Amino acid sequence: MTRYAMVIDTKTCIGCGDCVVACKTENKVPNGLNRDWVVEATRGTYPDLTTEFRSERCNHCSNATCVTLCPTGASHHWNDTNIVLVDADKCTGCKACIAACPYDARLVMHPDGYIDKCTFCHHRVEKGLDPACVSSCPTRCMHFGSLDDPHSEVSRLLKTRNYKVLVPETGNDPNVYYLI
Amino acid sequence: MTEELLVTARSNALIDPSLHIWTWEVAMYLFMGGLTAGIMIFAALAIVRNKEQVAPYAATRLALLAPVVLSLGMTTLFLDLEHKLYVYRFYTSFQITSPMSWGAWILVVVYPFSVLQILSTIRIGYPSFASYIDRLMVGRQIVDWCEQHRTKIALAVIPFAVALGIYTGILLSAFGARPFWNSGVLGLLFLVSGMSTAAALVVLLAKQKGEKVLFTQIDLTLIFAEIALVALSLISLASGSGQHIDALQSVMGGSYTLAFWVLFVGIGLLIPMLLEILELSGINKSLAMLAPVLVLVGGYALRHVVMEAGQESTWTSYETQYNAELLQRLPDSD
Repeated sequence: MTRYAMVIDTKTCIGCGDCVVACKTENKVPNGLNRDWVVEATRGTYPDLTTEFRSERCNHCSNATCVTLCPTGASHHWNDTNIVLVDADKCTGCKACIAACPYDARLVMHPDGYIDKCTFCHHRVEKGLDPACVSSCPTRCMHFGSLDDPHSEVSRLLKTRNYKVLVPETGNDPNVYYLI
Repeated sequence: MTEELLVTARSNALIDPSLHIWTWEVAMYLFMGGLTAGIMIFAALAIVRNKEQVAPYAATRLALLAPVVLSLGMTTLFLDLEHKLYVYRFYTSFQITSPMSWGAWILVVVYPFSVLQILSTIRIGYPSFASYIDRLMVGRQIVDWCEQHRTKIALAVIPFAVALGIYTGILLSAFGARPFWNSGVLGLLFLVSGMSTAAALVVLLAKQKGEKVLFTQIDLTLIFAEIALVALSLISLASGSGQHIDALQSVMGGSYTLAFWVLFVGIGLLIPMLLEILELSGINKSLAMLAPVLVLVGGYALRHVVMEAGQESTWTSYETQYNAELLQRLPDSD
């Protein structure tokens, strides 16, 4: 399985939300729905506070429970990669995958009713491009690439920087990394 | 202190501000699926254990209710689907890791077995209805065959009915992302609850006093088992990880505390248990018909509370700044 990862530097992210706008524009996500979002996490007690911005989305988990629990095979790993896609023609809208996702990263597409989510812009990845959110980031805090290539930018960042993933204890093996 | 705010509005319908993808339609299916399983199990057991004399309703008439109740449940389940025209997709693949896929196929197998079960006793249970079938030679031959193999059919029905009763609980417990459901006891709890509601239904519908008493005894035993399984579920959550302990709070002071303890445990388990004990010991029989009604109410309440509390339990939670009214100000997009 080719393993694509997104590496996001929380030290340089300013929470501007450009990634969210880029996604909506690129993927024509309807009003009121979002495939990605920005979280501002504040820790500590005033005046000793630290703030972390995180651009979040589907973690394209290697062991994705949304894929294993889908009753029709609509949720699947794309072309033997970790990129999780939904085949709208196979989706009944039963919403099992929404319940299965610990990151609440899925949504019901309106008005059609099939389940939708971040695709890591696989249509761009196919052409060797970065996902829209990564390309549009004004602080260049987002990085995308293959973890199978030890010389890729994402591999090098994960070798040299401290990082975390979100709730790894769910066992889903997520592939969006946050540099801390 | 940790405060996690959504900076950009993530306003995904049914997910924000908290997950609420499944409502009464799914709870009703879970209830009716369990009830169907119980109906088929008791109708089969009455035949296998030669209880036609003691339990004539269960042995000869009860089975007819199974496809009716199951179809009603499947109708509400269909209402819940968001992409309804693609419902046939459940039957274009089998996903071995998905309990929902197992369930879809179990339903397909259950229907023909249910029909065979009904036909095997239809001449005794519903003679006027049977006379219509007997007018056709094929119908007569099929009913003859079913009657000859009555016990074998009953034996074959049991594993599929058990599968139907247990899979709904396994389905919910497989969602590791929802800690409240993530207990191995849930499948068994749903099966026992489904059998209890079916026993209650027999008490309501059977005419013979002896049969009512027999199924009151059966129901009381099942209520004891159900209380034990509920206790085990709570213990399993209370001794789990932080997420499980947090999830337990929804019935221990949180939003579903009243519904769980009053509607399910109180009205659905303890009061019918007391009424059935009073009735069986001959102390008070005036409320005899109330107990089975409460058991049925409790059976639905269990599914509803478990379904809602499970959706509330999560690994991630943000303070959302989303305000739904702002959406009204957006121009229509196309």
